[in-house]
Amino acid sequence: MPFYKDVQFSKAELARYDRHIIIPEFGLEAQQKLKTAKVLVIGSGGLGSPLLLYLAAAGVGTIGIVDFDVVDDSNLQRQVLFKVSDVGKRKATAAKRRLAALNPHINIRIHHAHLTAENALSIIKDYDVVADGTDNFQTRYLVNDACVLLDKTNIYASVFQFEGQVSVFNYRDENGELGPNYRDLYPSPPPPGLVPSCAEGGVLGVLPGIIGSMQANEVIKVVTGVGEPLSGRLFIFDALHFETRTFRVKRRDDNPLNGKNPSITQLVDYDLFCGIPKAEKKIRELSVEAFLDWQSRGEKFQLIDVREPYEYELANLGGELIPLATVTEQAGRIARDRKVVVHCKAGARSAKAIRELEERFGYDNLYNLSGGIVAYQAQVQEPVKL
Amino acid sequence: MPTVIIPTPLRKFTENAARLDVDAASVEELVDHLSSSFPLLRKHLLDETGKIRTFLNIFVGDEDIRDLDQEKTRLSVQAIVSIVPAIAGGK
Repeated sequence: MPFYKDVQFSKAELARYDRHIIIPEFGLEAQQKLKTAKVLVIGSGGLGSPLLLYLAAAGVGTIGIVDFDVVDDSNLQRQVLFKVSDVGKRKATAAKRRLAALNPHINIRIHHAHLTAENALSIIKDYDVVADGTDNFQTRYLVNDACVLLDKTNIYASVFQFEGQVSVFNYRDENGELGPNYRDLYPSPPPPGLVPSCAEGGVLGVLPGIIGSMQANEVIKVVTGVGEPLSGRLFIFDALHFETRTFRVKRRDDNPLNGKNPSITQLVDYDLFCGIPKAEKKIRELSVEAFLDWQSRGEKFQLIDVREPYEYELANLGGELIPLATVTEQAGRIARDRKVVVHCKAGARSAKAIRELEERFGYDNLYNLSGGIVAYQAQVQEPVKL
Repeated sequence: MPTVIIPTPLRKFTENAARLDVDAASVEELVDHLSSSFPLLRKHLLDETGKIRTFLNIFVGDEDIRDLDQEKTRLSVQAIVSIVPAIAGGK
């Protein structure tokens, strides 16, 4: 890595970064540090969108993007990196294209992968700073542990519904003093199912825009050394009541990574740590073809649709509407004396409903319509508006 | 009377109340009062053994009760108590 003072800027770059360079506390030196920095952004979704846009615009010299996902319609309400024509495309690729158009003076590396205990260290080790914008507890702990093991600062943010959190973890200050990490704040994750994800609980679209921008601000401060990073503090924002609070976070002796008696010296099994069952009992899948066959043979079965009422209104297969969130309380409506086919838009929510019904009420007659109403539409080539 | 701030994910258990004044002299008493006023909230605050859940932090002012006197932390009448659960969304 070149020493930042050796970094040169072209005329075009100097013009571009002028509003940074003229801030007395920032200046050319901070801009040089940005250009030499390598920042890894994990997740290019709600938080990743503003984060990547601002880091690219600000002139971070090398930006890495980790994302395995493809752009979906439901992302566009908040993931401002993407446009309608990106739907169905790989997020990391679409993000790179957008950022390269925004700032041609930077390098963008894409890692089209799920971050796992197997690849995390080798991906993260080449970067100076990590910004975590992922969406589940397993990856949160994985990113945290990898950053502690590799001695990298982890700029953390998370959102849920109307609430956002920001902190800077594992930050070493100018005196070499190390700050707390995620395990100091939250020693263990909630049991699965107790805290809903954004996919189930929702998130106000502008919230990750606000919180992801704060995350970008912390990345820039850590990289440039300008200002005081949010290390040892947790910032929370309640968008609904416009309330902000900042709490103190301290390192703890019982932290298993770097407390008094560390017990974690390498990455662990994060599904196990978060209580996610290893091999989830397979649920019975029913292909659209088999479903059509049942219908034509006059097979007796009940059809349950676990989508939301507004989706049902747009298009339905004539099933009984029991939205996923109400499945447990309405379980009495679900037959036990015949086969029951459960469907949603693409098969994920119905699989969840089946698991819940099997685990809590012991159903053994449930079938998941593979690929949901979308697959049905493709099979029968019937234009169903979704 | 101390005021407790309820985080968004738990407001569905407090009839959407974001702030509640609770007549309590300690964190333990406050959690007890909340659990008896809102029984559904209880399992989200306490584990099976009655201890405050580890993915939930309670702050009095800006201090974590783990750095004070844990559940025994005394509350002044003006105390602001915040319940801050771990959230993981980002996508």
